[in-house]
Amino acid sequence: MDQVNDENPRIILGEHKITRNLPTTETILDQTFNIKSFKKSLRIVIVRYTDTPLEMEFDIIGMHPFLANTFRRLMLSDVPSMAVEKVHVYNNTSIIQDEVLCHRLGLIPLRADPRMFDYRSNDSEGTEQDTLEFELKIKCTWNKDENKDSSRVDDMYKNNNVYSKHIKWLPIGNQSETYKPADVGPIDDDILIAKMRPGHELDLKLIAVKGIGRDHAKFSPVATAFYRLLPDIKLTREVEGEAAERLKKCFSPGVIGLRHKEGRTVAVVENSRYDSSSRNIFRHDDLKDAVIMTKIQDHFIFSIESVGAMPPDIIFTEAVKILRNKCVSLLEELEQV
Amino acid sequence: MGEYSDVKPTVKEEFGDPVLYSKPIKEIEEKWKLVPAFLKVKGLVKQHIDSFNYFINVEIKKIVEANAKVTCDADPLFYLKYTNVYVGTPDVDEGFNISKSVTPHECRLRDMTYSAPITVDIEYIKGNQRVSKTGLLIGRMPIMLRSSNCVLTNKSEYELAKMNECPLDPGGYFVVKGQEKVILIQEQLLKNRMIVEESKFGIQCQVTSSTHEKKSRTIVFFKGNKYYMSHNSFTDPIAVSIIFKAMGLASDQEICQYVCPHDLSKFTPTLEECHNLEIYTQEAALKHLGTKLVAKRFVTAASKVKTPVDEARDLLATTVLAHVPVEQFDFQTKAIYLALMVRRVMDAQSSRKAIDDRDYYGNKRLELAGSLLSLMFEDGNWTIKRFRMERQGVTQVLSRLSYISALGMMTRINSQFEKTRKVSGPRSLQPSQWGMLCPSDTPEGEACGLVKNLALMTHITTEADEYPLIRLATNTGVQKVTFVGGEALHSPTHYIVFLNGNILGVVKQYKYLLDSFRMWRRAGKISQYTSIYLNKSQRCIYISSDGGRLCRPYIIVENGVPLVTSTHINEMEKGIGVLRSFEDFLHHGLIEFLDVNEENDSFIACYERDITPQTTHLEISTFTLLGVCAGLIPYPHHNQSPRNTYQCAMGKQAMGTIGYNQRNRIDTLLYSLVHPQAPIVKTKTIELINFDKLPAGQNATVAVMSYSGYDIEDALIINKASVDRGFGRCLVYRNSKCVLKRYANQTFDRVQGPLVDPTSNKVVWKHSILDSDGIVAPGEMVENRQVLVNKSAPVSSAVPGTWAGTSNVEYKDVSASYRNVEPSYIEKVMVSTNEEDSGLIKILLRQTRRPEIGDKFSSRHGQKGVVGLVVEQEDMPFNEYGVCPDIIMNPHGFPSRMTVGKLIELLAGKAGLVEGKFHYGTAFGGSKVQDVSEELMKHGFNYQGKDIFYSGITGEPLEAYIYSGPVYYQKLKHMVQDKMHARGRGPRAVLTRQPTEGRSRDGGLRLGEMERDCLIGYGASMMLVERLMVSSDQCEVDVCNNCGRLGYCGWCNSCKSSGHVSTITMPYACKLLLTELQAMNITARLTLTHYCQ
Repeated sequence: MDQVNDENPRIILGEHKITRNLPTTETILDQTFNIKSFKKSLRIVIVRYTDTPLEMEFDIIGMHPFLANTFRRLMLSDVPSMAVEKVHVYNNTSIIQDEVLCHRLGLIPLRADPRMFDYRSNDSEGTEQDTLEFELKIKCTWNKDENKDSSRVDDMYKNNNVYSKHIKWLPIGNQSETYKPADVGPIDDDILIAKMRPGHELDLKLIAVKGIGRDHAKFSPVATAFYRLLPDIKLTREVEGEAAERLKKCFSPGVIGLRHKEGRTVAVVENSRYDSSSRNIFRHDDLKDAVIMTKIQDHFIFSIESVGAMPPDIIFTEAVKILRNKCVSLLEELEQV
Repeated sequence: MGEYSDVKPTVKEEFGDPVLYSKPIKEIEEKWKLVPAFLKVKGLVKQHIDSFNYFINVEIKKIVEANAKVTCDADPLFYLKYTNVYVGTPDVDEGFNISKSVTPHECRLRDMTYSAPITVDIEYIKGNQRVSKTGLLIGRMPIMLRSSNCVLTNKSEYELAKMNECPLDPGGYFVVKGQEKVILIQEQLLKNRMIVEESKFGIQCQVTSSTHEKKSRTIVFFKGNKYYMSHNSFTDPIAVSIIFKAMGLASDQEICQYVCPHDLSKFTPTLEECHNLEIYTQEAALKHLGTKLVAKRFVTAASKVKTPVDEARDLLATTVLAHVPVEQFDFQTKAIYLALMVRRVMDAQSSRKAIDDRDYYGNKRLELAGSLLSLMFEDGNWTIKRFRMERQGVTQVLSRLSYISALGMMTRINSQFEKTRKVSGPRSLQPSQWGMLCPSDTPEGEACGLVKNLALMTHITTEADEYPLIRLATNTGVQKVTFVGGEALHSPTHYIVFLNGNILGVVKQYKYLLDSFRMWRRAGKISQYTSIYLNKSQRCIYISSDGGRLCRPYIIVENGVPLVTSTHINEMEKGIGVLRSFEDFLHHGLIEFLDVNEENDSFIACYERDITPQTTHLEISTFTLLGVCAGLIPYPHHNQSPRNTYQCAMGKQAMGTIGYNQRNRIDTLLYSLVHPQAPIVKTKTIELINFDKLPAGQNATVAVMSYSGYDIEDALIINKASVDRGFGRCLVYRNSKCVLKRYANQTFDRVQGPLVDPTSNKVVWKHSILDSDGIVAPGEMVENRQVLVNKSAPVSSAVPGTWAGTSNVEYKDVSASYRNVEPSYIEKVMVSTNEEDSGLIKILLRQTRRPEIGDKFSSRHGQKGVVGLVVEQEDMPFNEYGVCPDIIMNPHGFPSRMTVGKLIELLAGKAGLVEGKFHYGTAFGGSKVQDVSEELMKHGFNYQGKDIFYSGITGEPLEAYIYSGPVYYQKLKHMVQDKMHARGRGPRAVLTRQPTEGRSRDGGLRLGEMERDCLIGYGASMMLVERLMVSSDQCEVDVCNNCGRLGYCGWCNSCKSSGHVSTITMPYACKLLLTELQAMNITARLTLTHYCQ
């Protein structure tokens, strides 16, 4: 059978551009969306899930690119999360400007489940349902305990670096009963907020609300969420000896392996999944034609890097829910037409 | 002495065995490290500081010495003599005769002048006694920052920080009334040298003489087969033969011997002139000259006594060729000099090669702060009328837009040429500027090529003593020209030796002279900036030790081997052995300074591999031929040259950090970037000038692709998430100043607390941000029209004596209010006093701005563009690593601009990212594309830097591979917020009733002549009426159809009737014209007919 034009929809990585194959059968790309056949063909495989950092890699197979992209977009911009939106600056004698300080505070990821909160309307006072309050009160002083001779800044001063761990949660209403102190606060302790010197002081009240990434990137629950298509690498002819070594070097480690066959070294494809698609094979004129690099168009390798407030799987399911709600509200609106 | 004989030695004899040279010369590793060593001792603005130091320590004493004695006509015994003069250290008068040392920063903040007292010691006659006094104050001298008398010199970083001064600030400027002022380097044609050039009348030889006493210009030219000399103290050109006779060369033979002993034919007509005029003696010649004198404007008692003959003799001695010394009216040297001028004209007539190039940089001298200030100290003025020397724009306010703009200003050279003249000669890049001036850094437009910038290693000399040079020359066989006679001047074996433009003598063994001078210079026995060079076609040797010459260090090469070796560099780096500083390299004769003239007489290799047996010097590092601004550009040698020039102009507009003390400054306008970054692709220059410590830009991930159509014409697409996270965010600081004056009638300005509304008992909105002291509180947000300082001034202040007592002084409100539609925050408030002891309140206002559509950005390759669209991150393309670009740039920016350097910067930056290191894009060097590609491949990236991208909108992979990676982007100071303007209705000018002009006055947008022509051409007459009248200055006027004059309220005052008055509409400007004409007794009569007739 043809190496390229099989039953899968593929893109072919050429030397200068990407082309598409001609699949032998009808593929998902040719079909209009149909929930029954979609249900039948869809496969999701979770490949990797790590806690620190909160990351997940999983495969979605048999999905339209538009739908996969929709989930990516929703995760970036529509799944809500909590972030500092307002700061009351009671005192700031540090050298960092009020606006810059507030901007930095806003970008600190907060540990709080956004599903437990409501969106806060513009004019209302914050309630326990829609607001988290924190305070940052810190003052830099001379360190009198350490030895006098040291000229290291950390020995000379106390609180010369303000970190996110210095932010303290102020429960409002019944929040202290609903949440444990460990559930609320900055996710990372070691985010540097400001540098200070003796005499500098910060006295701030931070007000965090629920928001979405389209409004400001700080509300995005993910550092990034993206996908790539599954690479598929095939050798068209046998490559051996020194050429095989060169071939191996053109791909990411583990993609091409070397087999010893009858005293010869022959290159074989071991696992093309983790190839970085660098296409460096095109540097070698003699090897160009030995490889066909394709990607399967309905096989998405998703990566979700959560900021830490929600686990990546939840973020994805939230995205699905948001899509469902959007569809429902669209249908409702259509009915009213 | 066979070595110096005239027999040409073979190569082998002269340079040794050629086999030795066939061996490749080992490259001196890291020899560029001499550049930081050079900058450590010389610094970037050392020329300014050196020049100023020379002035306040040496030259000021010389000037006072020259004008030391003051005598009196009334009492011949009386005299006053200045015995010494000193410039002290900067201080400020705190009243009650107490003065306190002051720092430059205090002067900046308090609007004071950073100046030091000038004191003198004097001696004078009182009665019959000689009295001497010391330490008399005669004035104050502004002190250049980091000069020898400045408090900042030789201070550690910690001490500088204590004084609120940035350790990276170069100094070299003055603080005058709180403003930082630079005296720009001025370029001039050199003085006291013969220049042969082509003029309207033909070839001429010109000398501009300049001494402390006299400045004059002498020209020798050829006209109607005779040679003439013209000078501005004679009415007509005078045949040179007459001048020679007047100088005491009575016989024609003697004259010919000096001018042209071998070929008389050319000179005979000139000699004939003498005979025609019957001038045979010196007396007769002087008498003739006496009739040609320019009448003196002021006839004094002393000048009346002199006869015209005496006067002519005096003039010849002191004014004509003033720089050639004449003692006891012995004109011989001057006559020889004049003869040489004639000779030069003759040579140029026979061979055009002998014509000098005015634009040749060896014929230029640079004037610095010191020499300009000394002129002012002597003369009190920079515009010296008597010599038509208009000097304007010599001082400029130091641009503190960015660190680079300040540095760039310190290296700037202003040329004296008129900017309006359309000449290409002085504007074009001269080959002799190589290494001295930056070939890229010049403005576009009218000042193009006239304003130049110094290259990185250029040094400008200060004057050095001539005496040791004269001694040395005499000892090496230079004979006085008066001893050898005219014949020797023209013999092919004799070389004339000049010292600073004056003939020193003649020498036979010129090579011995050259070699010994160079040897003594290398040994440090004479000034290292002395230059000596040979002009073989003129058979002259020129020795220079004057100030204002450009020079530059080179590694000396002897017998094809550079004297500096890798061991030297190592020793310097580690600080071991005898060779430590750059100075040591000079003292040990490994490196020497060459000025432009000597540089062009040397054989300099750029690299070790280029060294041949003839090579005399080796370039220290090639990137130093660029200046400070061009040094920021990575891979400039891959760019089209004008792009580098554009970047040089734009680097000065980039915002970033201006100094470590920027938060302590209260400037009228200060831009700074919130998160500035050091560029990933650096250059050596960037490190040397500390741009990486005070950067102005950010490393943006750029994808070169088209997107949406909002990127045409160089517009950029930026990622909203990047903006949210702080990309391109900037702070704009402005200040508001308020001076509290005291007046002659004992009244003074006052500041009162906020006004309280009596009905609601609340502070009025205007004053809501004021503290109880009436000055705005730090941290507050001020909105348009709110009051910053609630100041009030007394109504009557100018009338002294009519003091009505403090109780009933009337005050009017003159509060300082905030005028800007966008609100600001108060950063800080300073309350102090200025030099006049009046109160000074300075308020620093701050705005934070995020990039928006229309803000201007630029890479370091002259590729500027405005933001065309801000795109959500979800819509941005992403690659297989999940990376979204910060900026999308359209590829159409590349083919016509040919900024290959930018492409390489991107590639090197990307490799730097994956490798975790900075790459170098130093000019004529830097990381090679091959290596960079290799590095990318090592990390699994495409070797061309192209990645697969997926569309953020459709989710499908893009057909093309996208060239993407980090590029250093600068945010330029032009932002829409400061420029956007539109108006519907608004203010009008009082006189014409037309809308006001300009954004600051909320003015209208003008429909100009060309736009009007379009409407006429289109035939849209009603549109025209609307634009030009209805929307502008429409006005109803009563016109009397009987007399044709304007009426009023339906009444014609001249006809005394209302019968024929009708109302018409016309522009107010037209009505104004009619009434203004009437006021001049011209009546314009209007005749009205019905529209339908």
